[in-house]
Amino acid sequence: MPEHQHIVKSYEEELAVLDSRIAQMGGKAEQLLGQAFEALERRDPNLASSVVAADLAIDDLQREIEEKAITMIARRQPMALDLRQIMTALKVSGDLERIGDLAKNIGKRALAVSGESHPKSLMTGLRHMVELVMHQLKDVLDAYTERDATKALAVWRRDEEIDAVYNSIFRELLTYMMEDPRNIGLCTHLLFGAKNLERIGDHATNIAENVHFLVHGRSMQSDRPKGDSTASMRPNDEERSS
Amino acid sequence: MDGQVQSPIPVTATPVADTKQKVKLEARKVSVFYGAKQALFDVSIDVMDKAVTAFIGPSGCGKSTFLRCINRMNDTIPICRVTGDLKLEGQDIHDPSLDVVELRARVGMVFQKPNPFPKSIYENVAYGPRIHGLTRNRQELDEVVQTCLEKAGLFKEVKDRLQEPGTGLSGGQQQRLCIARAIATRPDVILMDEPCSALDPIATAKIEELIDELRKNYCIIIVTHSMQQAARVSQRTAFFHLGVLVEEGATEDIFMKPVDKRTQDYITGRFG
Repeated sequence: MPEHQHIVKSYEEELAVLDSRIAQMGGKAEQLLGQAFEALERRDPNLASSVVAADLAIDDLQREIEEKAITMIARRQPMALDLRQIMTALKVSGDLERIGDLAKNIGKRALAVSGESHPKSLMTGLRHMVELVMHQLKDVLDAYTERDATKALAVWRRDEEIDAVYNSIFRELLTYMMEDPRNIGLCTHLLFGAKNLERIGDHATNIAENVHFLVHGRSMQSDRPKGDSTASMRPNDEERSS
Repeated sequence: MDGQVQSPIPVTATPVADTKQKVKLEARKVSVFYGAKQALFDVSIDVMDKAVTAFIGPSGCGKSTFLRCINRMNDTIPICRVTGDLKLEGQDIHDPSLDVVELRARVGMVFQKPNPFPKSIYENVAYGPRIHGLTRNRQELDEVVQTCLEKAGLFKEVKDRLQEPGTGLSGGQQQRLCIARAIATRPDVILMDEPCSALDPIATAKIEELIDELRKNYCIIIVTHSMQQAARVSQRTAFFHLGVLVEEGATEDIFMKPVDKRTQDYITGRFG
């Protein structure tokens, strides 16, 4: 963070507001994700409904950040670090908004499966995955607040782990569906839930890339490790490999 | 922590100056003294040909002083002393055998306030070529005047009133007339000292468009207090502070990720 203040105090304040809105958005996204998963795990339709409703607040924050950023660009003609901060806030708010949507989607699926019983073992993998994703989200938000590119890089690198867990959950659910077609409905919902978590992980890495740009003024060029190989997977592959 | 820490991830390479580009002006350890007071400290910079270089910095930082070294305008100030090397295409501009009048024809200058001669539009442009003997007859002179006015984007607006006084034009037109006058002596370098600060945004835009056009053929140095203008018109930017050249580099780098903290503070409007 630059230790020198802007000569124009209101500019300084506007930048601070932008940062605090991102922090609020991040906090809400984390909370929503936690509650969505809890609703799924406990089969709690009330909690699930509240998650679906709460996503609106995140959308509102994103609109506010967008308006503020555009106004600042028009009025202040930001340069260097200020420009990077405003552009990063714009992009990060977009990622957080998507994270909110994905959490909401998990909430919707929690509503859909709330009447069904699901074996505990099925949730173990998902719980592990949600913990990883929550950890990523927390770390990347800290990296943003602290302008810590090293921490952001660590988040960026850890996304592979989430992809690996997702792949194993995919296989697990597939096996379960093949064992008993009555599981297909539930497992499909859980599979989408896992996919949503995997996408949230991707958004966390987007944010990490933006933090890198914010700090260094350069973009991360090399491609993020892409670990989700399920797109090309077929049920028969499972049989062959098992 | 700062931007110096190397990221283990391959990053976009910092664009380096095009090596094919020619250095037009080479300054090495140029210092300027006004009496006992030193105004410029060991400025070393390569200024590229066929490009716009912007000099930015707070008032009194030495950017105009340095600009005035390039065509030896500082010679006109008795207490002013310049040390160091300043070469225009390899030729030392302080070489005693060098004709200052010829140097100033090669290094044109445009000032903050448009200053056309109290003569006709035609004469304003014809004056330089005439005193430097660049044309042989009236027809050639007519052609030079027309070409320069065209290059300055003014010909269409004034072609029917070339004999009217230059001072009767609008501020923006007067400034373009001054640019036409500056290029009439076939300079290599054009120095512009805040050429748009007295102009409205439309006139400014026309000058900026003109600068962009002219850079294909000239080495242009522009001093400006407008960061946005520097960012818009220049390919390279140099930041001066307290008589020191703090940082020089590709314009997009200076305005996106300046290396020196003083540059960052200045261009973002912070106090240091």
